[in-house]
Amino acid sequence: MLIGMTPAAPTVRRPHNTPPVPASPFPYHPGSLLSVQDLTVEGVSRLLKRATELENMDPLVRDRLLAKRRVALLFYESSTRTRTSFELAAKGLGADTTLISSLSSSIEKGESLKDTGLTLRALGAETIILRHNASGAAWLLEQETRLPVLNAGDGMHEHPTQALLDLRTMLAHLRPGIEAVDAETLAGVTVTIVGDILHSRVARSNMLLLPRLGAQVLLCGPKELLPELAADAGPGIAIERDFEAALRQSQVVMMLRIQAERLAGMQLDLGEYKASYQLNGPRLGAQAPKAVVLHPGPIIRGLELTAGVADGPQSAILEQVHNGVAIRMAVVERALTGAEQGGRA
Amino acid sequence: MNSLVIRGGQLVDPAAGVDAPKDILLKDGRVAEIAGPGKLKGANGAEVLDATGLVVAPGLIDMHVHLREPGQAHKETIASGTAAAAAGGFTSVAAMPNTRPVNDSVETTRWMQAPERGAVVRVFPIAAATRGSKGEAINDYAALKSAGAVAVSDDGLPILKDGIMREALAAAARVGLSVIQHAEDTRMTQGASMNLGPMSFKLGLRGMAPEAEWALVERDIKLVTEMREARPHLHVAHTSTAAALAAVRQARRSGLRVTCEVAPHHFLLTEEHVGFYNTNAKMCPPLRSAADRDAMIEAILDGVVDAIATDHAPHAVHEKEVEFENAPNGITGLETALGLCLRWLHKEWKMPLGRVLSLLSAQPAALLGLKGRGTLAAGSFADVVVFDAKAEWSYRAAASRSKSRNTPFDGFAMQGRVRWTISEGRVAYAAEK
Repeated sequence: MLIGMTPAAPTVRRPHNTPPVPASPFPYHPGSLLSVQDLTVEGVSRLLKRATELENMDPLVRDRLLAKRRVALLFYESSTRTRTSFELAAKGLGADTTLISSLSSSIEKGESLKDTGLTLRALGAETIILRHNASGAAWLLEQETRLPVLNAGDGMHEHPTQALLDLRTMLAHLRPGIEAVDAETLAGVTVTIVGDILHSRVARSNMLLLPRLGAQVLLCGPKELLPELAADAGPGIAIERDFEAALRQSQVVMMLRIQAERLAGMQLDLGEYKASYQLNGPRLGAQAPKAVVLHPGPIIRGLELTAGVADGPQSAILEQVHNGVAIRMAVVERALTGAEQGGRA
Repeated sequence: MNSLVIRGGQLVDPAAGVDAPKDILLKDGRVAEIAGPGKLKGANGAEVLDATGLVVAPGLIDMHVHLREPGQAHKETIASGTAAAAAGGFTSVAAMPNTRPVNDSVETTRWMQAPERGAVVRVFPIAAATRGSKGEAINDYAALKSAGAVAVSDDGLPILKDGIMREALAAAARVGLSVIQHAEDTRMTQGASMNLGPMSFKLGLRGMAPEAEWALVERDIKLVTEMREARPHLHVAHTSTAAALAAVRQARRSGLRVTCEVAPHHFLLTEEHVGFYNTNAKMCPPLRSAADRDAMIEAILDGVVDAIATDHAPHAVHEKEVEFENAPNGITGLETALGLCLRWLHKEWKMPLGRVLSLLSAQPAALLGLKGRGTLAAGSFADVVVFDAKAEWSYRAAASRSKSRNTPFDGFAMQGRVRWTISEGRVAYAAEK
């Protein structure tokens, strides 16, 4: 039986009063950043402003802000950009950092996430930056340790600091000089996210953040990688499967890598994929010659985008990487000082 | 043997058509006499329970529980599971065979019923439909039935092969047992940990399509239709989708012997209750959409649902304190079923008390062929629950008699508080005053 050969949708004959959904206890710690939804628009604004202040600060002054505070980086997945920029961010504020990776720790011996978190807390970690292959892992870690937890990517779910650094990059191009954002800041801006939406935490964090600042998010990709119900994830999200039609409307194009590690047996014709969704020079030149091209990395040259586009004048991919350090300084400082608390949405 | 009088209560026995003030005398494990208030003839010398202001009803019957013994006593034992059952008003529980080893033998079936297990209410084993629940070769149902099995099922591991399911239905029909199917086409649910929908997308979890349930129910009904001469009895466990219920409804109209049960969590909660990865809201089948939940309510109210069963599935705290996708499926349910059914089915949705109790006793007794249970007619087993139908309280998982605490109903408002549970004439549970 194939999915899709379904009987008629169930009809509700009469409304019933039913048990309410209990209020979420998350985040337990006001310094945590689990989801972009933990931040109010005002909180986002404060983080952006603080990122710039910290970036421009004398490194010797900045170095004292979190002097000798203990930051643990707990990484269950490999990472170049996120790990290094969190580490540089924490060190840039004077904190001591330690890296625990799943392949060189007791995690290999079967220690649970809860026990790993409690162990780090007992060792004096004051905040844990977590990258994990399971969606929701950051929620579990926060619940069990009650420490401020920074979600550095949980499975297919969220990657909030990536969305913040993407926002900073977009603003630099589209709204130069503006740092205080509000619900209108990105009014009139269309951001198209292209490719493996289903498996992408970057896509989820961006689609939940950008519409709150006024942007329209267009999702573009084949059915296998972009289910229809993605459009129901929140307001301001629509699906446009025709890449060129999407490009024509876009001021920002965010390309995503196909996450081979999460395809779970899904068969994908890469030739067909490239024909429909690869961002190449002619396509970009013809449909969106002014759009900013983003990519959270790692990029696979020749697959989701060509080398020419990656290295071309519209690409802001390395600016994104660069912005990661400033954003993560602000986020780590918020976790440890409570000085820049975004509050809950 | 001992005798016991329950005096001053309102007897609600839907199978006997009784809803009246009655005194009741229990003797030698059976109901000896029922009479108007103060009119019992043989009550002399009997211990008396004062049930003034309380409802006296047939002990509840849960046709779908996991008692985890043999093999996983850290989650639950037959003793602890039946203690939880008694606290919830249940006097009979039908135990699924996904134990370790799988209960596919006369030996295990007998072992589960042995007095050494310390059960405080009656345990009726449901034997595995196939050897090792592997879905490849059917077991000896006649032998299992004479050892005490009341149905066959590979619960949790659906029988996918048409030929094997056909054989199981035919063999079970020959010995008068039902085949209970956990309806999930597992070829469609690989790696999934919640319902497929906007919520699973948002949470970044792989989702189980409702079609996976419907597809297997449809397949099974097709088999039952082809074999209608043999009158096989298909029972669909923990029905969770509107489409599957519609298929059952249709099959019933065509005169087939297709029955179903619904669990309290499926008629009360939705995928929204998963919240941020609450592993105590993870079970299989998963919490579904609001439309599916509403379809469960409708089908209970209009009589298509044959029984309410809890799918009590205890797991140790540490097993649930993990990443959502790695957490085992299942929630406890024995202590919350009555309180939730009365709070919602009866109080909120106005289902008559007798009908609610019937879904929790007389009807499951009939489905499993439990003679002399599910009613308190004279001569029946002295399986009784006495409860205060009006009492409102909050469930506290920490106070559970189960070994496990994995419930999404911690802190939920309940209505109807059990005062005594009596299993074959013995007090199996008495509420603290």
